[in-house]
Amino acid sequence: MINLKAGSPQVPLPEQWDSYKAGCKLVNPNNKRKLDIIVVGTGLAGASAAATLGQLGYNVKSFCYQDTPRRAHSIAAQGGINAAKNYQNDGDNVFRLFYDTIKGGDYRARESNVYRLASISPEIIDLCVAQGVPFAREYGGLLANRSFGGTQVSRTFYARGQTGQQLLIGAYSALSRQISEGTVKLYNRRDVLDIVIVDGKARGVIARNLVTGEIERHSAHAVVLATGGYGNVFFLSTNAMGSNVTPAWSAYKRGALFSNPCFTQIHPTCIPVHGEFQSKLTLMSESLRNDGRIWVPLDKADAEKLRKKEITPEQIHESKRDYYLERRYPAFGNLVPRDVASRAAKERCDAGYGVGSTGRAVFLDFSDAIKRLGREAIAARYGNLFQMYEQIVADDPYQTPMMIYPAVHYTMGGLWVDYELMTTVPGLYAIGECNFSDHGANRLGASALMQGLADGYFVLPYTISGYLSNEIHTPPIPTTLPEFHTAVQGVTDRLTRLKNTNGKQSVDHFHRNLGKIMWEYCGMARNEAGLQKALGLISDLKDEFSTGVRIPGGLKEYNPELEKAWRVQDFIELGDLMVRDALERKESCGGHFREEYQTPDGEALRNDEEFAFVSAWEYKGGTATPELHKEELEFNVVTPSQRSYK
Amino acid sequence: MDSSTRKRLSSITSKVIMALAGLFLVVFLVVHLGINLLLLADDGGRAFSAAAEFMGTNPVIRVFEVVLFGGFLLHMAFGVMVSFQNRASRPVRYQHKNRSETSPLSRYMFHSGIIVFIFLVLHFIDYYFIKIGLVAPPAGIAPHDFYHRSLVLFANKGYSGVYLISFLFLGFHLNHAVQAAFQTIGLNHSKYMDAIKVGSTLYAIVVAGGFMVIPFWFILFR
Amino acid sequence: MNFTLKIWRQKNATDKGGLVTYNVENISPDSSFFEMLDVLNQQLIAKGEDPVSFDHDCREGICGTCSLYINGRPHGPLKGTTTCQLHMRSFRNGETIFVEPWRCGAFPVIKDLIVDRSAFDKIIQAGGYVSVNSGGIPDANTIPVPKSDADASFDAAACIGCGACVASCPNASAMLFVSAKVSHLALLPQGRVEAERRVQNMVAAMDSLGFGNCSNTYACEAECPKEITVANIARMNREFLAAKLFAEKEKQISFSL
Repeated sequence: MINLKAGSPQVPLPEQWDSYKAGCKLVNPNNKRKLDIIVVGTGLAGASAAATLGQLGYNVKSFCYQDTPRRAHSIAAQGGINAAKNYQNDGDNVFRLFYDTIKGGDYRARESNVYRLASISPEIIDLCVAQGVPFAREYGGLLANRSFGGTQVSRTFYARGQTGQQLLIGAYSALSRQISEGTVKLYNRRDVLDIVIVDGKARGVIARNLVTGEIERHSAHAVVLATGGYGNVFFLSTNAMGSNVTPAWSAYKRGALFSNPCFTQIHPTCIPVHGEFQSKLTLMSESLRNDGRIWVPLDKADAEKLRKKEITPEQIHESKRDYYLERRYPAFGNLVPRDVASRAAKERCDAGYGVGSTGRAVFLDFSDAIKRLGREAIAARYGNLFQMYEQIVADDPYQTPMMIYPAVHYTMGGLWVDYELMTTVPGLYAIGECNFSDHGANRLGASALMQGLADGYFVLPYTISGYLSNEIHTPPIPTTLPEFHTAVQGVTDRLTRLKNTNGKQSVDHFHRNLGKIMWEYCGMARNEAGLQKALGLISDLKDEFSTGVRIPGGLKEYNPELEKAWRVQDFIELGDLMVRDALERKESCGGHFREEYQTPDGEALRNDEEFAFVSAWEYKGGTATPELHKEELEFNVVTPSQRSYK
Repeated sequence: MDSSTRKRLSSITSKVIMALAGLFLVVFLVVHLGINLLLLADDGGRAFSAAAEFMGTNPVIRVFEVVLFGGFLLHMAFGVMVSFQNRASRPVRYQHKNRSETSPLSRYMFHSGIIVFIFLVLHFIDYYFIKIGLVAPPAGIAPHDFYHRSLVLFANKGYSGVYLISFLFLGFHLNHAVQAAFQTIGLNHSKYMDAIKVGSTLYAIVVAGGFMVIPFWFILFR
Repeated sequence: MNFTLKIWRQKNATDKGGLVTYNVENISPDSSFFEMLDVLNQQLIAKGEDPVSFDHDCREGICGTCSLYINGRPHGPLKGTTTCQLHMRSFRNGETIFVEPWRCGAFPVIKDLIVDRSAFDKIIQAGGYVSVNSGGIPDANTIPVPKSDADASFDAAACIGCGACVASCPNASAMLFVSAKVSHLALLPQGRVEAERRVQNMVAAMDSLGFGNCSNTYACEAECPKEITVANIARMNREFLAAKLFAEKEKQISFSL
């Protein structure tokens, strides 16, 4: 059993980060430019980290699979970014943001990391404004805020429904500035397929140039993974088509532990699935729940008629509607956290009250808000979201209620990291959604952007200097080392094997099947029997894939099917680990709902006695069963209690 | 960036020079139209000839004539240069015709400009070259007698036809050109842009229409 | 629904390429344009042929990766929409659909419908940022920004960098893209500080990369999926002229220790 130590400073929580900063070792400017750092991924975490490290004077190599850093999927975040600014004077402060995040995460996150996140949050807003991020403002010229799920204050900063885009453009422009100054070199259209470990330290990556198919070696003194989440394991998710687990998974296979893989967030407000051909799901921002009311018919007969399109939702009288979130959770109403809202929707649909042609949808109704505030005000707040909805569904949400259903959105699990955001492999860091650290078993809305930027702009630049201060005597790592050679060989062999499989089915066929297994047995609700069954199904799928996949095109050319095949193969292996993790965690918490463990009224039933730990899985090679390690969670400041939003 | 590209005038500067030269020509057209409309006066050409005399002899106007030629040359030279750069920026063309919703006239400024240019050449041969003695005037008309020269030309239906077509295209050119010039020099304002566009169209109709009235007048009333 | 597709196929940057005709059948009107191409690609893979390569990623209209010139219009017939948000119900059953890559010398084709748009990155690198470091930043509310300025800045900042403006422009000009970034930052007090430098450097970069000149056809505005207006181009022209005419000469300061 590996002894997992977070290594948080041994001082009271509010003093930890200052104490760390005061004591951490630095690297002098002359030495910084002799040190190479690889940053994989250019989302909020990756771009902000690469930009800041470049600005400090390190020699940074930034990788992304997209054609330009500005397209990373952080761009799709809609609602906003939290910060404990208390600009609204509504009782917010660092402690409350910390507390909300720990509670929202169902007491499965590490206190020290979350407190640091909350305390850094105000600085993020300052920096973003200085970069020219056009946040929403009041007429007085000061910044505006909105409220979000799981909190009772308005602390969310936003730029219409495109906050992620604006923040990413801010980080991308900072990155562009460093590229023009020569401190960052960009490697776009690259898939990072392996991490190179030399003498136990992360020293480089093997990348495939997606345009030429060339396998490239890149070395550095430290490697930072900012590769996002693994939601695409479900095939249908709100992630981008290219979002993948591959770099994180190769880190896992090279010795980094993978934590809490079963913690996935199912976002309550997505556009429902409507056909077999569908390739992805579209999120409708959580901010819609500020003004939209969620309901299903009170009568099953009405639901049936709606499904058959015999009546329209407007025809159902107010008294015949069940605003089930307001009914079950009067204190938070439609603004309960995501996991709670998602499960409640599933519960209603399972009970036969679902609407839409498939019966897997509920209404999100703006008619009251339009009556109260006027169409103009609603258009100003959500215009682009309404437009997007109308384009996809061909229904006008000003006229008729939206239909929504939960969908996979975010993954709280990820590579295990310590207080310094370093994985169990020295010199290998994981930041943003790629790590597990801040959101426990459920993430609150508008906190992902906060974490990505906190890690990249403000945390990693300090913590990595501690490690690099011991590397100033290490000359540039030659890519001719045998470890690079072996890694290249491994990558080339696997690519050749994939290419030569010559089976009958396309990659998508397997991905779709994997998604069905994961959604059915490891989705919003899980149970022992289903998870056991999933293990068998995934194992079968893995075998079928290895003999049945067909990849047209060559290795040394632009070949998107080959890219997908590699990613899906990793997803299948990850699926297995997720199921194992879900089986092991015999409790319900946050996004992980085990049907065997619930309160009489259907709420998640945590078991703090046995499961107040972070699971951390160790790869044991080949088909060997991975080994579970545990980081026990200590709650010194917050006392875990049953989460109640009633 | 290598030194050759750095020395090139920036695209915006080129466009602004074109726009300013164009706006200068816009002013000139009004003056020219005013004088031409005197042809319609039923006074045997006295007013028209007096104006032509003034334009031909006044020293200030003489200086401005050079500026005017400069304006034409700048406008045309930059127009040609910019158009060639534009063509070069898309070496491989689309197979399917563009269907973007834009004013079709705006896409053919180079073409309408060429038509106006051809007319300008004819116009030079018919008037200016005679005046400066490069071309011999038709029998019985003195080199400086623009009035009778005009009467002879407009009596020719072919000439009137070319004249009308040229001014129709000048109208198309101006309709887009005036508001585009405002846009190019940066005068775009959410409150006034619509007015500028309307003004541009009105100007084009008045100027092109004004010139076009003359041959019709000659055909119908003389 | 059934469609005849005429798709530009080109093996690599040096291949000549040409239109190839395909047929797809039984397409749901609710499927997106890419989902229709997914169906085509699954057919091609089943037949052992090379699937059509096209750029796409988020499929929710925000990343700006998608780039198809459909029936003579970037992102197809719907206004204010990216290709990924275009649904087959916007086409007639049985229609012949031409699909081509963006065409511009500065955007060379990589394969089939994929072009290299790194020229846009180079323009941003020339000055599309505010030169601030991540330390010593004043409180976000220190400088009030009039709401109208913040809103106008946002409108310009909504650009997704897809390149539809260049693709639609008869001159392959990048003025809308560049002006959107210039406007976004020039409208905010934070970006104002280095506005003169920025506009000159970005325009110089744009010119050096081989984009055409603006001739005010406003095709860019008509095709921009984020409906960014040409008022930004006028603003950039204004900023540029003012900077060229009135900005003080930059002193090259050499310092020694």
